[in-house]
Amino acid sequence: MTDQDTPVQRPLSPHLQVYRLPLLPLMSITHRVTGVGLAFGTLVLAWWLAALATGPGAYDLFIRFMNPLGGLALLGWMIAIAYHFCNGIRHLIWDTGHALDLGSAERAGYLVLVGWLVLSAVMVGSALLFWLS
Amino acid sequence: MSKSQTAPSLKTARGLGSAKEGTDHWWMQRLSAVAMMLLAPLMIFLVITLIGEPYDAVVAKLSSPLWGGVALLFVCASFYHAHLGLQVVIEDYIGGHAARLTLIILIRGALIILGLIAVLSVLRLMLT
Repeated sequence: MTDQDTPVQRPLSPHLQVYRLPLLPLMSITHRVTGVGLAFGTLVLAWWLAALATGPGAYDLFIRFMNPLGGLALLGWMIAIAYHFCNGIRHLIWDTGHALDLGSAERAGYLVLVGWLVLSAVMVGSALLFWLS
Repeated sequence: MSKSQTAPSLKTARGLGSAKEGTDHWWMQRLSAVAMMLLAPLMIFLVITLIGEPYDAVVAKLSSPLWGGVALLFVCASFYHAHLGLQVVIEDYIGGHAARLTLIILIRGALIILGLIAVLSVLRLMLT
């Protein structure tokens, strides 16, 4: 029996200063974060297309606004899409009822991470090539 | 426990019930996701090849039926998918009934307006 007068000395659980999310929840929240980020990207996409339809002046304004930080945002957009794309495929597989056990989910998770890195490298690499050429 | 006690029969599962909607939200989010498995790579390819190009070249590319069509379909699928996804996020994290409904309506309105701007812009490029 515990003494009612002594305060509980146990750490709070999860101890937020040392707690690290396991792979699966970390990947799950990353899917959300990238999804919300990409949703904000619709603002830029709409502005880009509207500027193109408006004329050279409006497009020039868009390009000047986007340089140089917009270039970084574009790379971030690609990296976020690559993640949301790869992990989204894992979600679609789960939706069919497959690979739902912990082991398969984690193995698929590592596959997603590999695919994400490869896709990101290809996209960022070719974007930089087009930029510099 | 017999099976009839745990699983509803087909008879009771049919119809939309009092909520007047079924799995439509879930299903459309998946359908738009599958559409973007094809559209997103095409759209990214389009964007990458347009980096640093002058105005006339970008307009010419987006005026073509193929790439204008890719941009149109991507805008439709992605803005719709974004609306469905943001709605789920809001429903998960915003507890208050009024705040939740207001945010969902605002985001739906914003995405409809943005989507309309984007679609009409591409159409203008393609048709002029």
